[in-house]
Amino acid sequence: MTTETTNSRAEQSFREWLLSETPSSRRHARLAAAYKGWLRLRRNHMAMFGLGILVALVIIAAIAPWLAPYDPYAQVLSDRLLPIGSEGHLLGTDSLGRDILSRLIYGSRITLYIVTLVALIAPVAGLMVGTIAGYVGGWTDTILMRITDIFLAFPKLVLALAFVAALGAGIENAVLAISLTAWPPYARLARAETLTIRSSDFISAIRLQGAGPVRIITRHIWPLCISSLIVRVTLDMAGIILTAAGLGFLGLGAQPPSPEWGAMISEGRRFLLDHWWVATIPGLAIFTVSLAFNLLGDGLRDVLDPKDGKS
Amino acid sequence: MKSLSVRNLNVWFGEGPDRVDAVKAASFDVASGGSFGLVGESGSGKSTILRAITGLVPTWSGDIEIDGDHVLPKRGRAFYKMLQMVFQDPYASLHPRHSVDQVLSETLQLHGFKDIDTRVNRLLDDVGLGAAFRFRYPHQLSGGQRQRVAIARALAPEPEILLLDEPTSALDVSVQAEILNLLSDLRTEHKLTFVMVSHDLSVVGHMCDNVAVMRDGEVVEVLGIEKMRRMEPDNAYTKHLLDVSLNYASS
Amino acid sequence: MNLLDVEDLWVRFPTSSGVFDAVRGISFSLGRERLGIVGESGSGKSMTGRAILQLIRPPGRIEAKRIDLQGKPLLNASDKEMRAVRGSRISMVMQDPKFSLNPVMTVGDQIIEAYRLHNKASRRDARARAIEMLEAVSIRNPERVLRAYPHEVSGGMGQRIMIAMMMIPNPQILIADEPTSALDVSVQGQVLGIMNQLVQDRGMGLIFISHDLNLVAEFCDRVLIMYAGRIVEVCEADKLHEAKHPYTQGLLNSLPRLDEPKDRLEALVRDPEWRQQPSVSGLL
Repeated sequence: MTTETTNSRAEQSFREWLLSETPSSRRHARLAAAYKGWLRLRRNHMAMFGLGILVALVIIAAIAPWLAPYDPYAQVLSDRLLPIGSEGHLLGTDSLGRDILSRLIYGSRITLYIVTLVALIAPVAGLMVGTIAGYVGGWTDTILMRITDIFLAFPKLVLALAFVAALGAGIENAVLAISLTAWPPYARLARAETLTIRSSDFISAIRLQGAGPVRIITRHIWPLCISSLIVRVTLDMAGIILTAAGLGFLGLGAQPPSPEWGAMISEGRRFLLDHWWVATIPGLAIFTVSLAFNLLGDGLRDVLDPKDGKS
Repeated sequence: MKSLSVRNLNVWFGEGPDRVDAVKAASFDVASGGSFGLVGESGSGKSTILRAITGLVPTWSGDIEIDGDHVLPKRGRAFYKMLQMVFQDPYASLHPRHSVDQVLSETLQLHGFKDIDTRVNRLLDDVGLGAAFRFRYPHQLSGGQRQRVAIARALAPEPEILLLDEPTSALDVSVQAEILNLLSDLRTEHKLTFVMVSHDLSVVGHMCDNVAVMRDGEVVEVLGIEKMRRMEPDNAYTKHLLDVSLNYASS
Repeated sequence: MNLLDVEDLWVRFPTSSGVFDAVRGISFSLGRERLGIVGESGSGKSMTGRAILQLIRPPGRIEAKRIDLQGKPLLNASDKEMRAVRGSRISMVMQDPKFSLNPVMTVGDQIIEAYRLHNKASRRDARARAIEMLEAVSIRNPERVLRAYPHEVSGGMGQRIMIAMMMIPNPQILIADEPTSALDVSVQGQVLGIMNQLVQDRGMGLIFISHDLNLVAEFCDRVLIMYAGRIVEVCEADKLHEAKHPYTQGLLNSLPRLDEPKDRLEALVRDPEWRQQPSVSGLL
């Protein structure tokens, strides 16, 4: 009882320390700002729901070998196409008698791998192109933006298909292809933000301290662009997962027997009428994760929007 | 202390048929250690002159001299160590994601100072904020406190000339008094030369020794503050401006 | 009868750290006069103006004993009734005309639409009335201004257009929230002159909200001085310079003056006591 009260008192004072309006060190200030953002995100129940799903996904991917009841590649041809709820196979088996639940669990690793790589490549490329074009202006702007327009003019999936066809099928190439098609919207967004930021007084002020363009772009413009990019990425994540699944479905992404969700749907397509669960279960998984990213993105927009910073 | 001299300054925006001449052949001198005011209505080009001096507007012609040395179109860090500017709107002149500490440290770092920690604290003391404000973000500060941070930033490189672009027009009158007092104190302590832009004649009258009155990009009159107080300007427009600012209803 | 009576008005905003009271229990009336409300930012002066028209957005709340427009209660009026009051009986002019005019409609279309919203009139009649009003606010070639888009007119012209628009339905009360703060001094005089004349000719009541003490002292009949959501002092405008409350005196002394040079301005020292003092009644 006594330890509990001291604990809660320590917690209380830690909370107060975090919410202090007069931070005493750099670390304190940063922690306090992060904590306040977290509090605001926590008020949005839907976003917390999305975040919960994503955290669960990461945990599942991390402990997949301990969680999965079977080897995802083990074929038991005598147990083909068992329905949902069969003994020992909670989500049934596919056409080669592989346990769908196990494949789903291992597949989460591939999904996370794709999502992480694309989320690292596309927005960063877009941020660089967009901020440079926006800040430098003139010819640089024209050339970079026309290149962006060319990429934007193609339908995404068709362009990705062309890239994969040229580079060869496989999960790495699929990631690369998706990233190559995904960066132009980020470049546009970053450029638009840069144009408004560029003319503001605080940029003039740092120019008057003799700061060069590289410092201004990386230290002063990026931090303001990044929040809207993060929001955009989380909202786009659903599309990225679907494109990856689409490539998998068309046989240009992950190759069998890999348990990539899109490839799983593709395999299950043949039995859709008689054995609906083979394609539907991975479809539901894609749907859930996409929805989670969308919900989180919506919540992050409220937390990160720099225009809201005044409140 | 440095003196500043502007000769025949032209500033324009745009090219060809879109060209707008914002400042036309403006000339004035600011004595070393003096305090000079630029007044006029909006669009008269008074702020544009400051932006041309600092190099924020690259399209200008004419002569700008500091202590007899010509200012070159490309200004280096040495120039910005000598001349600094405080902006009008303290809500727009601080980076929303940078704490006071980041703002001041980065400025000091850019100018090659080594003892950054002690200097940040000293700057905060100088502008009457104190170390308690060091790790706050702009949204945790009031308008007056923000403007103090902006002044501290301008003082960080230890400049000799300070350009003030309507430093109090976004603030309440009681805060304005505090900031104007602070600026007067800093001017004596740090031996600064001031060039102050304002639309408020009484503010300029309080702060400056000499005033240039601007209209449509031209300097119509340069006069001493005593002459202005006695309401004896030579120019009719100056007279009109004095009349309306002393008496709102009569116009 | 007074045009407006407000008693014990509160404007409250719930925040994460408790309820913030922007206006804390103020009472005042408006006769056929020019009533000034002065204060610094955060004093609640703009909130007072908006609260009268119930323009406080949720989660903000308005509470009052009564808000009576010519003896009729306004406080619990429905949205529909309030819409009828806004514009036709009480009008409001905001600080910056740039943000109050629709940028993609011509000035003429906006004025005509505003007129036809409150009156059954043909377009032609509305147009004639619009021209009449623009002339009343000293716009010399109203035909040209009617065809112009808001970005094509200057700040002073824009504000005069706003005033013209607000005057068309013949309101009994005009609330002007810092109507001249975005304007140059010389234009400021013109706009004030026009407002003054309209108010006097039509026997209207004017609530003039401003941060500028000298302006209010010259322009208004009676002044309420607000501090931290309360009225600290009520006085006749021409006696403002003899104000008794230390806050009012402090504000006046902190202004630099061209005719009385001094080395240092007096900085206002805020007494925490001022926040606690009861609100002074501005009822007539």
